[in-house]
Amino acid sequence: MKILVCISCVPDTTSRINFIENNTKFDTNGVQYIIGPYDDYALARAVEIKEANAGTTVTVLNVGLVDTEPIIRKALAIGADDAIRVNAEPTDSFFVASQIAEHAKGYDLILMGRESIDFNSGVVHAMVGEMLGLPSFSPVMKLDIDGSTAKMAREIEGGKEILEAKLPLVLGCQEPIADWKIPNMRGIMSARTKPLKVAEPKAVSAEVKLKKYELPAPKGAVKMIPADNVAELVKLLKNEAKVL
Amino acid sequence: MNILVFVEIAEGKPRSTSLEAIAYAHAMGGDVTAIVLGTADKSSLESLGKYGAKKVLHASNNKLDQPIIQAYAGVITRAMTSENADVLVLANSSLGTPVAAKVAIRTGAGLVSNVVELPDTSSGFAVKRSIYTGKAFSVVEVTGNKKIIAIKKNAAELKEVGGNAQVVDYPVDLPDTDFNAKITSTEKATGEILLPEANIVVSGGRGMKGPEHWGILEELAKELHAATGCSKPVSDMNWRPHHEHVGQTGVKVAPQLYIAVGISGAIQHLAGVNSSKCIVVINKDPEAPFFKAADYGIVGDAFDIVPKLTAAIKAAK
Repeated sequence: MKILVCISCVPDTTSRINFIENNTKFDTNGVQYIIGPYDDYALARAVEIKEANAGTTVTVLNVGLVDTEPIIRKALAIGADDAIRVNAEPTDSFFVASQIAEHAKGYDLILMGRESIDFNSGVVHAMVGEMLGLPSFSPVMKLDIDGSTAKMAREIEGGKEILEAKLPLVLGCQEPIADWKIPNMRGIMSARTKPLKVAEPKAVSAEVKLKKYELPAPKGAVKMIPADNVAELVKLLKNEAKVL
Repeated sequence: MNILVFVEIAEGKPRSTSLEAIAYAHAMGGDVTAIVLGTADKSSLESLGKYGAKKVLHASNNKLDQPIIQAYAGVITRAMTSENADVLVLANSSLGTPVAAKVAIRTGAGLVSNVVELPDTSSGFAVKRSIYTGKAFSVVEVTGNKKIIAIKKNAAELKEVGGNAQVVDYPVDLPDTDFNAKITSTEKATGEILLPEANIVVSGGRGMKGPEHWGILEELAKELHAATGCSKPVSDMNWRPHHEHVGQTGVKVAPQLYIAVGISGAIQHLAGVNSSKCIVVINKDPEAPFFKAADYGIVGDAFDIVPKLTAAIKAAK
């Protein structure tokens, strides 16, 4: 089986978000980058499937500029066999989906996170599926492969949906699909020599263009209420915040 | 401007987030047609007129009672053409968002998901969306003739603007190839208020000390008609089901009121709640970082405060 795992390179979940150049550019100053947490789950499940099925290969794909290569090497250290980097800034979902679709033919499983935690669009997997004419599902929280059938659980509002579909498939993944993997020393050493191919992006005309970024209005100071006067809180929620 | 709104049905009734999608489309100021797929009762379809739908297309084929994304995308793509729709509006959800993505590819429309406000059409078509898991926004320009807007909860105010809508039967051809997945079962809490749609959320963290103590939170939630949520450690330890996990990698909520009990307020949790209108934090640690993100705070023991709060709410009714 051939598995493709698409990873995003995103600011660490504890990052403070700021913008520069008149709110048109993300401020990378002091920001640590990581494999998208959902993508990390997708990768971990792919490596588990590979370990349980001899002859399975895992390729990682990232749409990003050269500075994402340490993140790609980390994915190789976790257990992927080779990697493709599409040399472009991932500006929008349609653009990223178009680049992935260009390289995703011939795989049995195309996995990625349910969304990237920077732009949170949550649509790339469905777009890739549509572009390739393959079924796509997200967010998948359980995945077992039984011959040519994928048995899955998908999270829905207030519960989950148990479903089956035939490979090939495109899936957006989330916890608890697998346990996160941390690269071991052998993985880190071998990742240095695993193939990382750089491909130039396909030209795509964008229907959606960024105008500017904004930060939320700062929050006012918290009003503390004494523990022995809970009725006061109810009064404030009713009359001041008007939420009851 | 012709606007088509995809309305999701849950237990025979339109979802509240879909009603917000109709209100959003109405506030945009166009002719609003809603489309409903699968079995639904006629009176609830007519009532979509209250929020601004003039016409409701009902594709009542019972094969659509199962939410098969591919089949839904097929029907809605066809409706965009048959209704000559310029814009499709729907609610971000486990069904709506992937349907939007597929329809966008099929129609060549520009898609924006996670939208939090009405578009600014003063020069072009600019929409504001939530990014970095609620930590920031971006304003994007949608060029092109066709547009798809997937809205976050509270993107539009729900208010009654009209009477009954005209319900029109919408017959559809459903190719077998669209039924590309077999849903073998659905495990779902019925009759409860769904977390992503709730106006009030009561959440518990590790400070609750164990799953056996959730009763007091459930009683508070019941009194407030609220949904219950939890922090990541709580769902990781299986004290509560995963679909209740609120945060960066869980459910992002946007209620009127979020009550956090025994949650310290890690930045990853805050990312899931920062769209809430009002936040109340109850924690015995006065240094808990969550207080900085709260509107109201009480320092105290959850097992003492929560039952008192439930009683005070009951008394104030």
